[in-house]
Amino acid sequence: MAAATALDSLPAPLRSLRLKTKQQELLLRVSALALIYVLAFVVRLFSVLRYESMIHEFDPYFNYRTTLFLSDHGFSEFWNWFDFESWYPLGRVVGGTLFPGLMVTAALLHRLLRALSLAVHIREVCVLTAPFFAANTTLVAYAFGREIWDSGAGLVAAALIAVCPGYISRSVAGSYDNEGVAIFALLLTFYLFVRAVNTGSLAWSLASAFGYFYMVSAWGGYVFIINLLPLYVLVLLVTGRYSQRLYVAYNSTYVLGMLLAMQIRFVGFQHVQSGEHMAAMGVFFLLQVFFFLDWVKYLLNDAKLFKSFLRITLTCVITVGTLALGIGTASGYISPWTGRFYSLLDPTYAKDHIPIIASVSEHQPTAWSSFMFDFHILLFLFPAGLYFCFKRLSDATIFIVMYGLTSMYFAGVMVRLILVAAPAVCLISAIAASATIKNLTTLIRTKSKSPQTVSGKSSGSKAAAKGAVDQSLPFQQNVAIALLLGAFYLLSRYAVHCTWVTSEAYSSPSIVLAARGHNGGRVIFDDYREAYYWLRQNTPSDAKIMSWWDYGYQITAMGNRTVIVDNNTWNNTHIATVGRAMSSYEDEAYEIMQSLDVNYVLVVFGGVTGYSSDDINKFLWMVRIGGGVFPVIKEPDYLVNGEYRVDKGAAPKMLNCLMYKLCYYRFGELTTEYGKPPGYDRVRGVEIGNKDIKLEYLEEAFTTSNWIVRIYKVKPPKNRS
Amino acid sequence: MATPPPLRRVAALVLLLLVAAASAPTARADLVVTRADRKVDLTSHIVRVLTSLKVENSGPEAVSQFLLAFPNVQAKNLAAIRAFGTEGKVKGPSMVLPIEVVQPSGVPPELTFFSASLSEPLEKGKTLHLDVLTVFTHSVQPFPEEITQAESQLVVYQDSAQYLSPYPVKVQTLSIRLPGGRVESYTKYPNTKLAESELKYGPYEDLPPFSYSPMVVHYENNNPFAIAKEVIREIEISHWGNVQITEHYNIAHGGAKLKGEFSRIDYQSRPYIRGVSSFRHLIARLPPRAHSIYYRDEIGNISTSHLWSDSKKTQLEVEPRFPLFGGWQTTFTIGYGLPLQDFVFNSDGKRFLNITFGSPVEEILIEKLIVKVVLPEGSKDIDISVPFPTKQEQEVKYSHLDISGRPVVVLEKPDVIPEHSLYFQVYYRFNNISLLREPMMLITGFFLLFMACIVYMRTDMSISKNSPSYLAKVQWDEVQSIIQQIQAIFDQCLAAHDKLETSLHELSRSGDVKSCKAARKAADAQFKELAKELKPLLTSLQSSSQSYQIWPKVEELVAKERELQDKLMTRHSTVVDSFEKKLRGQDVENRIAAQQQKVAALRQEVESLLEYISEI
Repeated sequence: MAAATALDSLPAPLRSLRLKTKQQELLLRVSALALIYVLAFVVRLFSVLRYESMIHEFDPYFNYRTTLFLSDHGFSEFWNWFDFESWYPLGRVVGGTLFPGLMVTAALLHRLLRALSLAVHIREVCVLTAPFFAANTTLVAYAFGREIWDSGAGLVAAALIAVCPGYISRSVAGSYDNEGVAIFALLLTFYLFVRAVNTGSLAWSLASAFGYFYMVSAWGGYVFIINLLPLYVLVLLVTGRYSQRLYVAYNSTYVLGMLLAMQIRFVGFQHVQSGEHMAAMGVFFLLQVFFFLDWVKYLLNDAKLFKSFLRITLTCVITVGTLALGIGTASGYISPWTGRFYSLLDPTYAKDHIPIIASVSEHQPTAWSSFMFDFHILLFLFPAGLYFCFKRLSDATIFIVMYGLTSMYFAGVMVRLILVAAPAVCLISAIAASATIKNLTTLIRTKSKSPQTVSGKSSGSKAAAKGAVDQSLPFQQNVAIALLLGAFYLLSRYAVHCTWVTSEAYSSPSIVLAARGHNGGRVIFDDYREAYYWLRQNTPSDAKIMSWWDYGYQITAMGNRTVIVDNNTWNNTHIATVGRAMSSYEDEAYEIMQSLDVNYVLVVFGGVTGYSSDDINKFLWMVRIGGGVFPVIKEPDYLVNGEYRVDKGAAPKMLNCLMYKLCYYRFGELTTEYGKPPGYDRVRGVEIGNKDIKLEYLEEAFTTSNWIVRIYKVKPPKNRS
Repeated sequence: MATPPPLRRVAALVLLLLVAAASAPTARADLVVTRADRKVDLTSHIVRVLTSLKVENSGPEAVSQFLLAFPNVQAKNLAAIRAFGTEGKVKGPSMVLPIEVVQPSGVPPELTFFSASLSEPLEKGKTLHLDVLTVFTHSVQPFPEEITQAESQLVVYQDSAQYLSPYPVKVQTLSIRLPGGRVESYTKYPNTKLAESELKYGPYEDLPPFSYSPMVVHYENNNPFAIAKEVIREIEISHWGNVQITEHYNIAHGGAKLKGEFSRIDYQSRPYIRGVSSFRHLIARLPPRAHSIYYRDEIGNISTSHLWSDSKKTQLEVEPRFPLFGGWQTTFTIGYGLPLQDFVFNSDGKRFLNITFGSPVEEILIEKLIVKVVLPEGSKDIDISVPFPTKQEQEVKYSHLDISGRPVVVLEKPDVIPEHSLYFQVYYRFNNISLLREPMMLITGFFLLFMACIVYMRTDMSISKNSPSYLAKVQWDEVQSIIQQIQAIFDQCLAAHDKLETSLHELSRSGDVKSCKAARKAADAQFKELAKELKPLLTSLQSSSQSYQIWPKVEELVAKERELQDKLMTRHSTVVDSFEKKLRGQDVENRIAAQQQKVAALRQEVESLLEYISEI
């Protein structure tokens, strides 16, 4: 990035080699971009180096499993796949309930590599898909930056986004999730659309529509695009920046994009039927009306006549529009906004209405610290970049400003949406960084030249001959140099921070836990895989496992067993049933489990190791979600004076519910920490309240070496006498 | 305690045998076993029986074959049999005797016979020492078949207290080594003795052929009953210097099944009492200099393994993800690389791989072992030599950058025990030049890619030569080249300006008015020439339709530059004039100060304009 700006400031003697410097500049630019490309890929490999080439977290396991299925059985079977292994006994129509973009991409990449006779396993392809697409994103960011500002800003944007922690958090090697390819698709769509608006070319609009199609096929976040584009068009209309180019770009992108998006089964006709997509359609019609009025105005050529015409047309259009919308909504043709959409607009909505969304940690409102953690200096550069954008307002900068501001709002509402904001923040910050550095270098350069022009004087009269420019700002050059050094210092701090965050915080697969041992060595807790592999090897192949939904995808992917509920939280009642079973007494739970054909129950328990995201800590959500559907379960029954506790003072229902029993079964005999009584829970920091747990209907089938996962077998019903 | 059901079958067998013995042909009575000592090792789940025999030929004719008999129940579990013969009384060097299955006439069908061919016929009256090693699998049965976690595993072993032989046996003993620990029960015959962990029968004297008296021992055995259902061992040869071995195991605990719950706290606090029948690790002895060792399964790396290595061996302790209790199973993969020169050799034009057949894991019974030898692509004339019978097949494997695929030799053998870890050889021909094929392919591929890029950049790929966009592009290229020329001219102009400045500088230093004037004249001429050059360029630029954006800037540039020229000239003349008039320096400064500022400002403007244009 600095190289490009430095190039513009070549000293005068090199001017005669103009052609050559141009080529050099190109060479430098391409090599800088290539290095950034490699850097973006390599920095995401920390997780492979620290742990291994494996799939991370929860959702990626589902994606991996479906990708395996796709590459084994082919596309049409994948499209028609009915999965019996999840949501027992309901099953899941996988082909119709997922965004296939990621799996198709990975399967195609795998096939391509196979065609190049590289015998790689599909797992490696899946693991490296996210870094590969992150590297591609840097190229798009470069092109986008060049489109809205100049190539220098493009290079800076590419470099910033290559290491931006907000983006890395979702695209390290192994995090095989939709977001990995979706951010690439999102930025590509935006870039192509801006390009289309700038050129008014049909070809770019078409490309943008295909970019949008890819985005729709990859991630539900496409709703952001389909709402941002009309908003942008609306702003351009209001600010009087309407042009033919905009008309061509928006109409062709919208119509074609919509038609293409309908090909994705999971999305279907939502573009014409769902409230979330209505803004785009409204703006589409608005543009037509606008165009029509423009034309009429041109034909009439009479201000007064046109005014009355305008009034009539507007009234008609508004009436028809409201009527259509009203009838559509009332008749149920147009579905109302979904809870997820509401929870985006209103951060408090989910907490009150949809506990299942609120229970996910990545759906929580973002804390300031995590903004700082994920953006670092970009947080300061962002407003500066906005200033530059406003200073040089164009269609493109308006777009990036809108993208930046809206995505920042959403990033504030939900932690995971920092990801969507990351490209915008990087681009806007890149404009600030690039413009500032460029200005500073220009200053330094002109100053360094001035002695040359003044040198024509006799030496005795130098002081008087100093240029007027020079005297107006004393120490300008020094200040410029200092500022430049400061900017480089900040940027290097950013690089250091990003590397540190990537290696320390974002490279953990969260399946394998690592901790520091007493002697400083690394201790690995591989309990999850231990348990899943035990399930895979030592339970009947048709066994049904009941666990909280968080572990559903992992159990089906790694344990290869049927689960009752999983991370695709499509059926709230089913999840509530599991929540109810977990929060009932053993005999009641046994009836529920019998009715669901459950063979094994799996709970996650961190009391021995101090692993805090275990089922006891999630338990209140189970109670809430269960209670939301089955009023038998009441949250206050599990609390004492509004306090959640597991020790002697805990609520009696708490001490005897299934979850408590399964987690703490025979835990009372174990000494976890020196100097503490047996049964000391290291997460909650208390001695447990019920040490004498007897299980009547279940028996311990397996507990992992660090007790993190405990599996119980549901005993068959006793013989009827 | 109930008697295990197989015993009844054995009893029936004994009856049959007695009948058989009565009707056995007398021809075999020529040989007499003068002494038979059997040592049965029951410490693991693989039963090894070492029988030392002293055989004497009492008949008139030389005998070249010695028959070994086993009841069918035992024979079907026989995994390996080996016989070593030493002639004479002295224990000299023993020889391995070839053994084959035979079916002599007139023997009961309940027996299986093996015949050891003596290296030279045994003459009348001569004696022969014969050591027979037999290894049985699945002969130790857990009883009871299901135990809880805390119970230790009891097993049953059945055999005959007397040596079953088609020949009369004069003196015989049987000693059974038990793993130690509890002995639940054993069949008592006269002369039976249980001392420490050794059970002794005999000596028994002068027993007729086919004597059989069943014995059963029921004892505690907690050694790992590691049974591999299937092991696939892939040996891939790379002539770049590596033999890569990948072994896929599917291992189960073949002992008594676990019933009831598995309690971690019991297992954790007292692993040798609560969980005594389970095993948690296996030891693999890899060849020395094994490197890049990994241990994983379908869902990833397994972090619980330890490695020790020295110059003699590499010892790998693999711990499955969970302890294996009876009936539990797991699968995993071990992979390691070995140096090529240790295992692949040359012999008269052919190369051969010489490597052990069985698995490196200790005391493991493999029910089905598949060894795949993947030879490099382009190997020919494949020959296999294995010291025991195997099922052989050939297939093709496609790996990185393969076109015709690598030939794979597949060897399959059931019931493989550590005794089968013998060397086997695969001979093949391979040309060293084939080694370079893959790198060459890569190089060619990249070369072609770059060539394609270059060609793409250099060629005109447009379809229509008179489409507006194409024309626009061509015009734009023209404009750019013109602008570059214009830039070059302006650069020269600026250089001329600099020259003028330096001449003034010279003047103030040396006072040489003449040379200063000459410099000015030269500059003047140069300016004129440049202006002449500039003119056609400007007109063509103006006429071009693509230059609408840049034209005003260029125009401005030209105007500014002309102004700058003028100012410079006037200043130059002022300075020279005042120098000629011998004015004081101070006055000169005052006179030109205003001009000086103007020049500097103009110069800056011109430069920034130039820069702006160059950025387009």
